[in-house]
Amino acid sequence: MTKPVLVFGYGNLSRGDDALGVLVLEHIKAHHSLDHISLLTDFQLQIEHALDLENRDLVMFVDASVAGECAFDFCRLRPIRDMSHTMHAMSPSAVLDVYQTMYKKTPPPCFLMSIKADRFELGDALSPKAQHNLQMASLFIDVLLKQPSLDAWQSKVTL
Amino acid sequence: MYEHLETAKNTAHLKRVVIDPVSRVEGHGKVTLLLDDENNVQQARLHIVEFRGFEKFIQGRPYWELPILVQRLCGICPVSHHLAAGKAIDQLVGVDPQDLPISATKLRKLLHFGQILQSHALHFFHLSSPDLLFGFESDIQKRSIVAVLNEFPDIGLQGVKLRKYGQEVIRMVTGKRIHGTGAIPGGMNKALGKEERDYLLSDITQIIAWAVAAVKLVKTVHCSNLPYYDEFGTIRSKYLGMVQPDGALELYHGGLRVKDADGQTLYDHLDYCQYTQFIREEVRSWTYMKFPYLVELGKESGWYRVGPLARVNNCDYINTPLAEAERIAFKAHGGHECMIHSTLAYHWARLIELLHCAESIEELLNDPDVMRFEEPAKGEKRYEGIGVIEATRGTLFHHYQVDENDIVTKANLIVSTTSNNEAMNESVRQVAANYLSGQELTEPLLNNIEVAIRAYDPCLSCATHAVGKMPLQVELVNSQGALIDKLVKHETGIIERIDD
Repeated sequence: MTKPVLVFGYGNLSRGDDALGVLVLEHIKAHHSLDHISLLTDFQLQIEHALDLENRDLVMFVDASVAGECAFDFCRLRPIRDMSHTMHAMSPSAVLDVYQTMYKKTPPPCFLMSIKADRFELGDALSPKAQHNLQMASLFIDVLLKQPSLDAWQSKVTL
Repeated sequence: MYEHLETAKNTAHLKRVVIDPVSRVEGHGKVTLLLDDENNVQQARLHIVEFRGFEKFIQGRPYWELPILVQRLCGICPVSHHLAAGKAIDQLVGVDPQDLPISATKLRKLLHFGQILQSHALHFFHLSSPDLLFGFESDIQKRSIVAVLNEFPDIGLQGVKLRKYGQEVIRMVTGKRIHGTGAIPGGMNKALGKEERDYLLSDITQIIAWAVAAVKLVKTVHCSNLPYYDEFGTIRSKYLGMVQPDGALELYHGGLRVKDADGQTLYDHLDYCQYTQFIREEVRSWTYMKFPYLVELGKESGWYRVGPLARVNNCDYINTPLAEAERIAFKAHGGHECMIHSTLAYHWARLIELLHCAESIEELLNDPDVMRFEEPAKGEKRYEGIGVIEATRGTLFHHYQVDENDIVTKANLIVSTTSNNEAMNESVRQVAANYLSGQELTEPLLNNIEVAIRAYDPCLSCATHAVGKMPLQVELVNSQGALIDKLVKHETGIIERIDD
């Protein structure tokens, strides 16, 4: 039985702050019941991840990001065909576009949690800034997961 | 054959264009061509400019890290490296394949079938189907899986779901879709749970049906375009692949068989642990990738092809009924020819194997042994281990030596794409000679060369995951050394004509 909420944290644990998306899942595992939440992780987004969106009520992608000024940003995603499907890693909006193309219907409500990252060197641990940002983002996600509804999440977007 | 185009006879009258590797990253390939005054191709080379160096990284590590460590060789076929290394370290702990717990052997096979299924689906549907469905010289905007999803939604969706299913098999056996853990010295670290088994079983009938449809599709595409598909990039070669003792197709463990271009068996049931006695690797200055050859036949004529075409050509039969029926049809297509030499027939053979994997997965999921955990086998420590499997792209060799402290002192890997190096170059030369010579370079022409390379599913495209991700350069140079034309395909898929 597919769980209604999917949190998809992606990145590489071995590349410094790129681990942020995956580490959020560890936090969720430790602090939330997983009765209604699916956790999914991978190194990068691929076309077949569109299948993981099927039959969900809410989806949150979590990724490290060098963009933005704040510790994290939370925004609503829309399907966009951006050609990233021809590359090594797709954008989350492109995954939504693939979903729409495959199923000929609008994807479930999807959001992106971007956590501000600093460095991505192979073998590095999280940078101090990223550790702080992870804490801040995790607190925010705690609030979201306690109110798993579109209206509640939409009201929390920061971008 | 087109080996005369590897090196131009009179290079004094041709300007030699040397393109150094831009970077030592996996997945980088380029093609260079030299022309005479009439724009006839005098030299055509596929350069693989990746520098792997993994054997060095492995040295100094304890052997039990190997099955995990070597998965980092590749993001698409980590399971293949995991299993080849797993077989090698079994030997380091004194366990031969026949001594492995039966449940561990079956779980490893299940894992292997899942890997090959997902990788073959990825290659056919994501990478190659745009060429096959829209045409080799179609609009570049169409050459992607998303375009296939748009115009052939059922085919595209089935392809994505087939790949996903293979990944789910891997996830159920190893815990993760990529870089999970399974093989440990002498066994497996867990069995399949009933819930996991039932989850996979629930979809397998559909998966087999889609696999049947996929074979039908590729067969239709191939046979609707005869004789073009039989001739494009086609070369006559020897074939190397693994078989069971009775000659059946084998992907996990067996002896090695070599057949020549006429279908005569040159070697049969070779013990792969003796591979250094019958396979050597030649180094050529213009590429980082070696050229393996059969020692007895020498460098000139000892090269061979591996992978789906080799395996389906070499085996006497396939031990799953639907795939066997397709193998018979495949071989019958060759008429009086014993062996199918069409390079584009790699796609057809690949999907026959995909069907075989789907059938084999069903068989194993219905076998209670895969849900039974057995303690790993143990034996006397050895100082050398060799593991060989038929990986997605062909025969994969892992060879390790360790010291008294269990530290790896020597490692040698022959990955599948390496074995196809000479063949890929020969196919590029064939396409260059038959479809390029005397022509002005165009973007569709560039794709023709890429289509020939892609049929082999080489590691460079494996590592880069998607159509258009294979960086490629094609240059035309006349005998006065003038660059007539140059096209560069960037990693982003953007193709650029470079004007001097």
